[in-house]
Amino acid sequence: MNPYALLFLVAGLGVIAWLTGRARAARFGAASKHRLHSLPGQHGLYVAMWTVIPALIFVVAWSIFTPSLATDAVLKAPQASALPMFGYERDAILNEVRARAAGGDYGFYPLAEQLAPVYLQASRFYGWLGTGLAILLAFACGAFAYTRVKADFRARTRVERTVMLALLVASLIAILTTLGIFLSLLFESLRFFAMVPITDFLFGTLWSPQVIDPADPGATLGAVPLFWGTFFIGAVIAMLVAIPFGLMSAIYLTQYARPAVRQWMKPLLEILAGVPTVVYGYFAALTVGPAIRDLAVSLGFTYASSESALSAGLVMGVMIIPFVSSMADDSIAAVPRAMRDGSLAMGATTSETIRRVLLPAALPGVVAGVLLAVSRAIGETMIVVMAASGAANITANPFESATTVTKQIVDLLTGEAEFDSPKTLAAFALGLTLFMITFLLNIVALRVVKKYREAYE
Amino acid sequence: MQKRIRKRYRAERRFRAIGMGAVIVSAAFLFFLLATMIGNGAAGFMRTEVALPIDFKSAPLEVDRAQLGTRGADLALAGAGLENRVKTAATAAFGEKGDELIAENAWTAVRDAIKEDPNLLSQSAHIWVPASSELDAAADGGGEPELRARVQQLRDRGALQSGFNAGFLSRADSTDPTAVGIWGALKGSILTMLVTLLIAFPIGVLSAVYLEEYAPKNRWTDLIEVSINNLAAVPSIIFGLLGLAVFLGTLGLPSAAPLVGGLTLALMIMPVIVIAGRNAIKAVPPSIRDAALGIGASRVQVVFHHVLPLALPGILTGTIIGMARALGETAPLLLIGMRAFIVTPPGGVFDPATVLPVQIFLWSDEVSRGFIEKTSAAIIVLLAFLLAMNALAIYLRNKFETRW
Repeated sequence: MNPYALLFLVAGLGVIAWLTGRARAARFGAASKHRLHSLPGQHGLYVAMWTVIPALIFVVAWSIFTPSLATDAVLKAPQASALPMFGYERDAILNEVRARAAGGDYGFYPLAEQLAPVYLQASRFYGWLGTGLAILLAFACGAFAYTRVKADFRARTRVERTVMLALLVASLIAILTTLGIFLSLLFESLRFFAMVPITDFLFGTLWSPQVIDPADPGATLGAVPLFWGTFFIGAVIAMLVAIPFGLMSAIYLTQYARPAVRQWMKPLLEILAGVPTVVYGYFAALTVGPAIRDLAVSLGFTYASSESALSAGLVMGVMIIPFVSSMADDSIAAVPRAMRDGSLAMGATTSETIRRVLLPAALPGVVAGVLLAVSRAIGETMIVVMAASGAANITANPFESATTVTKQIVDLLTGEAEFDSPKTLAAFALGLTLFMITFLLNIVALRVVKKYREAYE
Repeated sequence: MQKRIRKRYRAERRFRAIGMGAVIVSAAFLFFLLATMIGNGAAGFMRTEVALPIDFKSAPLEVDRAQLGTRGADLALAGAGLENRVKTAATAAFGEKGDELIAENAWTAVRDAIKEDPNLLSQSAHIWVPASSELDAAADGGGEPELRARVQQLRDRGALQSGFNAGFLSRADSTDPTAVGIWGALKGSILTMLVTLLIAFPIGVLSAVYLEEYAPKNRWTDLIEVSINNLAAVPSIIFGLLGLAVFLGTLGLPSAAPLVGGLTLALMIMPVIVIAGRNAIKAVPPSIRDAALGIGASRVQVVFHHVLPLALPGILTGTIIGMARALGETAPLLLIGMRAFIVTPPGGVFDPATVLPVQIFLWSDEVSRGFIEKTSAAIIVLLAFLLAMNALAIYLRNKFETRW
């Protein structure tokens, strides 16, 4: 049976269960002398939960196991003796059997064409079996819950306990996601490091994934140019733009600006953060890149590229200004007014107060903000994909092009992606490195704030 | 002494000027960016059209009139050689390279005109057809000089006009920049956003409720909180890798489907919703909870009947901001396969699709000049949507936020 139809059916049974449970509870309430503990609707909800939830779990588990049961049936068929014992061809034939049973009509193996009807029949059989069992389970559990509905039955407590369980499960999804990210990256990276020694990857200086020598794949998969490019564009050039502008904007908006100006300028800076990075990348490729190239040519660098590290870094820095600005803003505003007023009272000008009193006091927060901004810049993808090229150079010249870890991840995974080649798996190794570095930066940022923040109150 | 004071005041004024300069430069950059996009993209919403004289009276088209009112009209007209007729008419009207002046799909405009008014088949008329992208560029002032001369010629004859390109919003992707539209990408974006909302909102809100109201203060709770805060700072491309490895690899879901895109984006914005939700729930004063408990409500009833409705505006604001962020995301969706050339808009959440930012990215790679203005026009549409969403969030926050 179509899985959606089955889900619909189970949901319908749930509604019927709710109505009958509610009716029974109402009858009890009318008949008995003392009042019900819970509302009739809550009794109904109790019966409905018992009907729907076990059946739903069963349907999900059954649909996971059906393909293997059907495959077993195929393997027991007489034609299956012609199947190779193991290996790539066996898997390919079995995959084609499944594809044909799902409705495709083309393929390479005549054996698969013969086995497909067997698979189809087996999966249909198991499908109907599963439907029957699910409905039976729904009725059985529903009946069990129905018999428990009485006047003094604590339905509401049980329903609420289930709700709390659902809340807990929802929260665990966050841990599950983090674990999922880490494990999937780790798993694929381990497969990569089985092919390429980790020292070649981390310390090699030649990155040229188009030419991979199957005997020594690590020779052209050295990631140092990528690390350097990421550092150069993200942590050097972008920060050279973002920190001064962000910090000075925060200082001006908190200390000097009139409230009316601050009310308008803060949202304006937030808009800078809200523009999609694809727009920044397009702008960098269209306008900033050629302008920088013209500048470089006029300065004497004849072979300047229009996809320079400077153009990508510049635009990235502008994108990050709001992050630095808002963290600095929060930390400066958190310094007690008494310190500022005391300094002004002693005759210092506002700029001296800021430089000598406020900034040192707010420094942990500002540093944390900078670290978080660096973490954001390192992970930024689209600006680099559109504005920088794929040339893996180690250069300190901002007018030349460099590439970053994120751009290479995108490039490696587009195009023919056979899942087992060192090229595709290198992307996961790069992803793992990126994840660990940003994770570390975030933890260090939090530690800095916690450890060095002085308690003033 | 006075000299020193003057020096200090000068330093003060300099410092203040630097601060103001920083703010002004940042704002100026934003305006420069917007101005460039609007300047490039405004032309993308317009389309140049050429008046093509076509004569069906002296050389009638062999087509079955009865078919014209039915669904077979397109096929009938195509089969009668309408495309070639249009090309020869262009050459006859505009000279040797006449058919290069009209777009490749110009014959569909003639076909639609005939379907609307079948009497055209017995007349000789002027039909407005879309111009080719080179002529379009020349009409806007760029392009080759000889084409610009042609444009002037045609304008003098009254055979050239520029109009609003309604097709941009209703057509899907194409290789010809004059025929291209964003509807396919828009529909993909809408479907993906729907899936993201349906998954991220319940999980995010329920997690926020649990962490704020019910979680005991132990190591497990700390672990959950640390996970959520870290997830909020993970680069978006890592979520793309997760989607590729788990959703496409392990679970075998169809590649480039809005379902997979929605799942990936939901995992990405869930921490944003949780953090916003926690702040909103924290802002509800304890007196409300105590009062509810005092009249006998259970803990679940306190939260779902009293606290959550009061925290809802804050939660909605956070959700809208998260959705706006998801709308502009490109990198994770590139990794799950949404970078193919999709000609038909997706029918459901399992069909291959693309989203608007990815469409912008794909068009930015195109060589043909006509795509620059189309890409900028698509950027304008995207920015308009984001502006609307953020404005809605700010409006909700200002209207419904109560100060306790």
